[in-house]
Amino acid sequence: MNRYPLWKYLTVLIAVVIGLLYTLPNLYGESPAVQVSSAKATLKIDAGMLDRVQGILQQAKIASAGASFDQNGPVGTVRVRFANTDTQIQARDLIEKALNPNPADPSYTVALNLLPASPSWLSAIGANPMYLGLDLRGGVHFLLQVDMQGALTARYDSLVTDLRAILREQRIENGGIERSGMSIVLSFSNAATRDRAVSALRTRHPDLQMTERTDGTRLQVVAVLSQTAITTVQAKALSQNITTLHNRINELGVAEPVIQQQGSDRIVVQLPGVQDVAKAKDILGRTATLEIRMVDDTPAAASALAAGTVPFGLERYQDRDGRPILVRRQVVLTGENLQDAQAGRDSQSQQAAVHLTLDQKGARIFRDVTRDNIGKRMAILLFEKGRGEVVTAPVIRGEIPGGQVQISGSMSAEEAADTALLLRAGSLAAPMEIIEERTIGPSLGADNIAKGFNSTLYGFIAIAIFMLVYYHLFGAFSTAGLALNILLLLAILSMLQATLTLPGIAAIALTLGMAIDANVLINERIREELRNGESPQNAIHLGFERAWGTILDSNLTTLIVGVALLVFGSGPVRGFAVVHCLGILTSMFSAVVGVRALANLWYGHKKKLQSISIGTVWKPKD
Amino acid sequence: MELFRIGRTIPFMRNALVLNAISFLTFVAAVFFIVAKGFHLSIEFTGGTVMEVNYAQAAPLDKVRTAVTGLGYTDFQVQNFGTSRDVMIRLPLGAGQSTATQSDTVMKALKASDSTVELRRVEFVGPQVGKELVENGLLALLFVVIGITLYLAVRFEWKFAVAGVLANLHDVVIILGFFAFFQWEFSLSVLAGVLAVLGYSVNESVVIMDRIRENFRRDRGATVREVIDGAITQTISRTIITHGSTQMMVLAMLLFGGPTLHYFALALTIGIWFGIYSSVFVAAAIAMWLGIKREDMIKPIKKADEVEEVYQE
Repeated sequence: MNRYPLWKYLTVLIAVVIGLLYTLPNLYGESPAVQVSSAKATLKIDAGMLDRVQGILQQAKIASAGASFDQNGPVGTVRVRFANTDTQIQARDLIEKALNPNPADPSYTVALNLLPASPSWLSAIGANPMYLGLDLRGGVHFLLQVDMQGALTARYDSLVTDLRAILREQRIENGGIERSGMSIVLSFSNAATRDRAVSALRTRHPDLQMTERTDGTRLQVVAVLSQTAITTVQAKALSQNITTLHNRINELGVAEPVIQQQGSDRIVVQLPGVQDVAKAKDILGRTATLEIRMVDDTPAAASALAAGTVPFGLERYQDRDGRPILVRRQVVLTGENLQDAQAGRDSQSQQAAVHLTLDQKGARIFRDVTRDNIGKRMAILLFEKGRGEVVTAPVIRGEIPGGQVQISGSMSAEEAADTALLLRAGSLAAPMEIIEERTIGPSLGADNIAKGFNSTLYGFIAIAIFMLVYYHLFGAFSTAGLALNILLLLAILSMLQATLTLPGIAAIALTLGMAIDANVLINERIREELRNGESPQNAIHLGFERAWGTILDSNLTTLIVGVALLVFGSGPVRGFAVVHCLGILTSMFSAVVGVRALANLWYGHKKKLQSISIGTVWKPKD
Repeated sequence: MELFRIGRTIPFMRNALVLNAISFLTFVAAVFFIVAKGFHLSIEFTGGTVMEVNYAQAAPLDKVRTAVTGLGYTDFQVQNFGTSRDVMIRLPLGAGQSTATQSDTVMKALKASDSTVELRRVEFVGPQVGKELVENGLLALLFVVIGITLYLAVRFEWKFAVAGVLANLHDVVIILGFFAFFQWEFSLSVLAGVLAVLGYSVNESVVIMDRIRENFRRDRGATVREVIDGAITQTISRTIITHGSTQMMVLAMLLFGGPTLHYFALALTIGIWFGIYSSVFVAAAIAMWLGIKREDMIKPIKKADEVEEVYQE
């Protein structure tokens, strides 16, 4: 009765082998590496870069411990490993200097990284180590809240420009188009023009819901975006912000950033290994949006400026030198229409300049605006955290077709590079705010690993000693089962490429502490059956049999808790829950199937078994 | 080795009334402290900034305080944790400036007074996050309670379900009472620990209920009280050994896990001991008073030939 068919033994054996194989990569640790990737969308890295980097290193006689080229979709990356961090940093500086002769305009991102040091045959079968969470390896975590109201306001502002252009195109007279809160109000002098305008706008903008009303003697149309349009705007804003963050973080040169949407309006950014938090925050927190608007230099505006008042339809900003300037509220272009921005020099004056490339729509609008406004000034505004600043307000000398724009004027080469970077990294569709920040220093991360590992190890040893003393051979079986449990748990976590955090380690420890319950249930039951006078073989059989129902019930209730934590938990709690749930499943397998296999293997074939080694079985004397 | 040499059934239920009265009083006391003193919530719930810094020598707490006061903060805390070289600084939300830059300004001020200072950890949580965490925590608790009640009601009987959940909520409230009384920091990981205790403690009740059901089937002559006493007696050694083993693991976390795991392990420790107590004395007693009967456990059988199957073990 205590014999397993061969396939059951094989199942356990295969589980052990797979467990070992997939846990193994975690033991190799990581080796320092330098990775090279492209910093420009137009520049592709191919296998030739590998030779080039190796050439650079050979020339300087820096020994590397292996280099590789990986193609991940369109993105190519060259990674070179080194024996220690000193050579790693030395090599990074060297490669950086060789690949990016002009630091103001880097073509490649050269970043420090840690690569798993496991041998390639393990990676070949898909066995890779777990990711370490920020609390274990150090780094920065941000949770950013996207201001959806801001995204909508921006959308309405650009709609105003659009509607104005449509009405001008169709030669429909109107008494003004203004955004008023979350709606656009269009005024007309008579019903005929209003009806023509409404039908014209309806065909061009079916996503607008228009209602007519009269305000005193004026006829008005109030246009608002439909609910689906609002959802689209918000979804687009979020995805554009994520793209923008990607670009900016690429500029930072972080090796493996995590940028993910969380919920409907939040973005998680994790930068492992980044220690310069201030710089990271500065780059991320530059929630800059770009706008091009016309400057009002009319005498009326000038006198208003002098008097300190702001006429209707205008807004007051300051330029970089702190001089006030009055700008129309109407937006000509936004950062959406910008394709590229590069720092450079003016071909004639040799002054520092920023060269902008606009997309087709942007180029068309820009051509029209410059043609109609020769001699006037146009302002390029950067909005950061809701505050706008005029970067430059050049005079339009002539029509600018083709979408190639150059901004030059009072700026240094460094400022030009900064502005270009900011513009190139893209503008945000909506402002963002950091609502959660976690920074963990690298020494704390290492401490956390040691503490988590030690407490699990000591706890395991204490339990193992107790089980051996109390249950003898069956205690050894239980300990082996517990070891199998931890092996399977680590293997599954590695297969899933889960991120291991400190609460995750705590969950591993706790799961082990709770998993022993199944073994205790079985062992106690076997003893009880022996006490009741069952034969040893029968006692083993009944013990496993009868304990199973209880084990199932108790584990399922624990699983309910794990699932609840998984569903409602966030951050650290979720990491805990994942490990907890998996641990319950692996512990049931290892205690019920694994330990049973051992017991069967040991005792199953002994026909005349007199006693089993499960510690003292005391019988009451009555 | 055999620790528990129990010859006859221990009459656990004899003093059930007194023990449950004590339980009830403890519960009321816990509720009182939760209401009167409230929790010392971590910044994950309240919002704010926590910084951990490390000095080369023993940390000059006074200097740190002066530096932070110099930045215009009034309601802040500076304390040692772990070693004398580690300092934890808690800053409230807001204070007029952009919250995300708080840590930078403070760090600059600290560097100015002592350049050996090293930033170990910063945690900033905005106000909106904390509110959600509280909501989600309560939702998780509700989900767990409903889920477990349903499972126990289906697998056993509604009286057991009610008894089990009441007993285990009692554990949870008592843990919370400890945290309120001692004003220990209540963080997200403590919440995870508390919910884990809920599952763990139910687990305990389930083992006893399983035995009660089995004994109802086996000893048909015994009274309800005898069956319950017998079931608890038979499982008590397993109860103590299992909890002892779990406690060893938790103790290891408490001793070696460092400050991050400290309160998590503390919550589990309290939970483990009260879990034993409540499943042995409280859950079964409530089920008994709710009028658990043999018929509740053994479904009435219509066809005679099915009897064999149902009673078979």
